[in-house]
Amino acid sequence: MASRLDNTIARIEQTRLWRSIFRSGTGNSTLHRAMAIQQNIFLHILPTKVRRRMLDLSATWYLGTLTLGTFVLLVVTGILLMLYYHPSVPQAYTDVTDLRFVVSSGLFLRNLHRWSAHAMVLLAFAHLFRVFYRGAYRPPREFNWVIGVVLLLITLLLSYTGYLLPWDQLAFWAITVGSNISSAVPLMGDKVRFLLLGGHQVNANALLRFYVLHTVILPLSAVFFIAIHFWRIRKDGGLYVRQSDPLRKSAAQGEAAEESVAAGAGKEEA
Amino acid sequence: MSAEAKVDAAEQEVSRREFFRKIGIGSLGVAAAGTLSFTYRYLSPNVLYEASPIVNAGKAESYPVDSVTLDATSGIYLVHVQEGFFALNAICTHLGCLTAWKADLGVIACPCHGSRFSREGQKLAGPAPKSLPWLKTWVNDNGEVMVDRATTIPPMQYLRV
Repeated sequence: MASRLDNTIARIEQTRLWRSIFRSGTGNSTLHRAMAIQQNIFLHILPTKVRRRMLDLSATWYLGTLTLGTFVLLVVTGILLMLYYHPSVPQAYTDVTDLRFVVSSGLFLRNLHRWSAHAMVLLAFAHLFRVFYRGAYRPPREFNWVIGVVLLLITLLLSYTGYLLPWDQLAFWAITVGSNISSAVPLMGDKVRFLLLGGHQVNANALLRFYVLHTVILPLSAVFFIAIHFWRIRKDGGLYVRQSDPLRKSAAQGEAAEESVAAGAGKEEA
Repeated sequence: MSAEAKVDAAEQEVSRREFFRKIGIGSLGVAAAGTLSFTYRYLSPNVLYEASPIVNAGKAESYPVDSVTLDATSGIYLVHVQEGFFALNAICTHLGCLTAWKADLGVIACPCHGSRFSREGQKLAGPAPKSLPWLKTWVNDNGEVMVDRATTIPPMQYLRV
């Protein structure tokens, strides 16, 4: 049974259609494996070779990947919420209550969006602390640290702009206070607040501007910087691991030879 | 013309390539500055559909003496005391929350960060940097009290009605 399935898969992989999409084909050679990564648009920003120790839970706790996971979850749930939400003063609040009480699965999607947002902020901070205390921000990764700080700011701005959208008392006063803080910027503070709100008060213009920021401008900038962030991991020599990190028993057996080679050649880690 | 002067002139001369390069970069700079100013002006609305700063507070008799009345929609206090009538901005000078009159304590208090003001708007406590400003008031032809929220006046200038 299994062999028949394998045969079928092998036959599909030989078809002209398949080969027109996945040009590298299959094969067990290192070159084939590298090309399978390099020639796939979704995978090409990842390193073609990864040392097993980089993928250990202890190396990163997967905090960056988990942050990306929450971001993907937020994009998916956010797009679904957009189908019921109107960013207008008479409708915004009732649309949110409709999502909670009337729309099927609306409560689940809205809560998933909200909790993922909290989780993303928490995970982004945890990721930054982890990178900081491991010293993984040091050269050659110093520029990627800066990209990471930009991504943290985008994450916080996404949280802030999303906070206004339910258009309840909490949202209104939070944005009133927050936008007044922005007017403390020297010289241009009042202008910044005026541009942010599209007026002098938290009103219809502010709701629309925050909606556009929250659903278009900030997510697009996040995707842009995430792409740079991942590409830089590859260019800066992969995920950070310390030479002195002890290998776990199970991983060590298959990797002893590889590690000794890496220790000799991997001077960039030192 | 001496040979030295000729060399100087040749050094100062701009080649055709350099000239067009400068023209090109310069016009890109002008276009970028134009785009920036265009974007900035587009993002600043010229017409705002916000409430008028001038508020009609109605007849003065409707406010009993020694009373403080909050108009939450326009964010002002209408205070009627023995000395006369005055209007206070009810928006906290700290971060813009709407304050509330606490009749039992005789103070104006901000729910957001705990600033407190006297009935005359004088800052008593809290993170607020300034006292609540007094607003310009006058009586219109129908005998109604008018308040201009955009114009502040020095405190203790009572409107006698």
